[in-house]
Amino acid sequence: MSLNKPYTDVPGTTVFDADQSRKGYHLNQFCMSLMKEQNRERFRADERAYIDEWPMTEEQKQAVLARDLNRCILLGGNIYFLAKLGATDGRSFQYMAASMTGMSQEDYAAMMLAGGRSIEGNRKIGERKP
Amino acid sequence: MSKQHARITASVYTSHVPAIGAALDLGKSDTDYWAPLFKGYEPSKQWMRDNRPDVIFLVYNDHATAFSLEMIPTFAIGCAAQFQPADEGWGARPVPPVTGHPELAAHIAQSVIQQDFDLTIVNKMDVDHGLTVPLSLMCGQPQAWPCPVVPFAVNVVQYPVPSGRRCFELGRAIRRAIESYDEPLNVHIWGTGGMSHQLQGPRAGLINREFDNAFLDRLIADPAGQAAVPHIDYVREAGSEGIELVMWLIARGAMADVAGGPAPRVVHRFYHVPASNTAVGHLILEEQ
Repeated sequence: MSLNKPYTDVPGTTVFDADQSRKGYHLNQFCMSLMKEQNRERFRADERAYIDEWPMTEEQKQAVLARDLNRCILLGGNIYFLAKLGATDGRSFQYMAASMTGMSQEDYAAMMLAGGRSIEGNRKIGERKP
Repeated sequence: MSKQHARITASVYTSHVPAIGAALDLGKSDTDYWAPLFKGYEPSKQWMRDNRPDVIFLVYNDHATAFSLEMIPTFAIGCAAQFQPADEGWGARPVPPVTGHPELAAHIAQSVIQQDFDLTIVNKMDVDHGLTVPLSLMCGQPQAWPCPVVPFAVNVVQYPVPSGRRCFELGRAIRRAIESYDEPLNVHIWGTGGMSHQLQGPRAGLINREFDNAFLDRLIADPAGQAAVPHIDYVREAGSEGIELVMWLIARGAMADVAGGPAPRVVHRFYHVPASNTAVGHLILEEQ
């Protein structure tokens, strides 16, 4: 029996389940390594050489190099692991979140100040927006 | 239980957004953005000074800090004498180390495991913002935290995560464990994380004020009912990271009314949007 996934119809959301975790194991463990300053330094000095030490797919490596977080998540990354990559770049969680929404950081921050993204129209894929 | 035993006198609930820690650590708590949030915790800090516990049992989640994908314990109890603030990628927070309570933690582990909950015993781990931000919000910026803390980490990062019902039942078991400890300790139990937020994907930034406030109402008045709410409702309504709210049910399950005693008194309730990407909720419940 395969995993029961009642969450696949939530729009713009990837739940980090066992299938995603298996796909993203090395990607996430690479991110984890960035919790040590000496690894952050080595990564900053030569990103490609550093990620080549990890048995990730080329697609995952390209997503990391491009800092394409949506792509990283699709390929098995989890935001709490990817946050170490953002931190290495000196980025905040808000910067990272904004980068995934297609909004500028300023527009995203303004949306949050105005009460955040509304739940209306965002519960289910295909739901009509109000 | 007699006066010779430990007792739970209060439960505290709060979000644990990392940006709150950064705002404090960087001296930004007086800015227009952050001042309204910290103002909401002023009564809480005073309450902490007036009601200082002997030990805090602090339920939180590790954010891929102490636990990578190598090992993912569902429930982990910190039994060490000390826990260091973790370097989560930005460098460690400049906050005091966390002193544990190994004797009480070992007792709770024994009692709760024998009540059929499979806890993982952890003798070495660093603690991340999930644990230190609630301490900062409730205690400010002291040289040392006011009392020992038993860290209790719950997996809400990789699915499957525990259900609300299991968290609530675990809280009941923790209450029985604490009340059978042979020392008259005043214990607070804290549930942290939430409220609505989503940090990933095109739906990032989701906030659901109505869901959050209904959760607070129900946590106070009908916690068993709230415990029956399935995961998917949290994910859909409160965002993928809103699932952290199940941890609040552990603390709530440890209160006297769930064991047939009197209902707790609401000392303080606060709700604020936003802290970075997140809605912040906070509640203090005192036993009567």
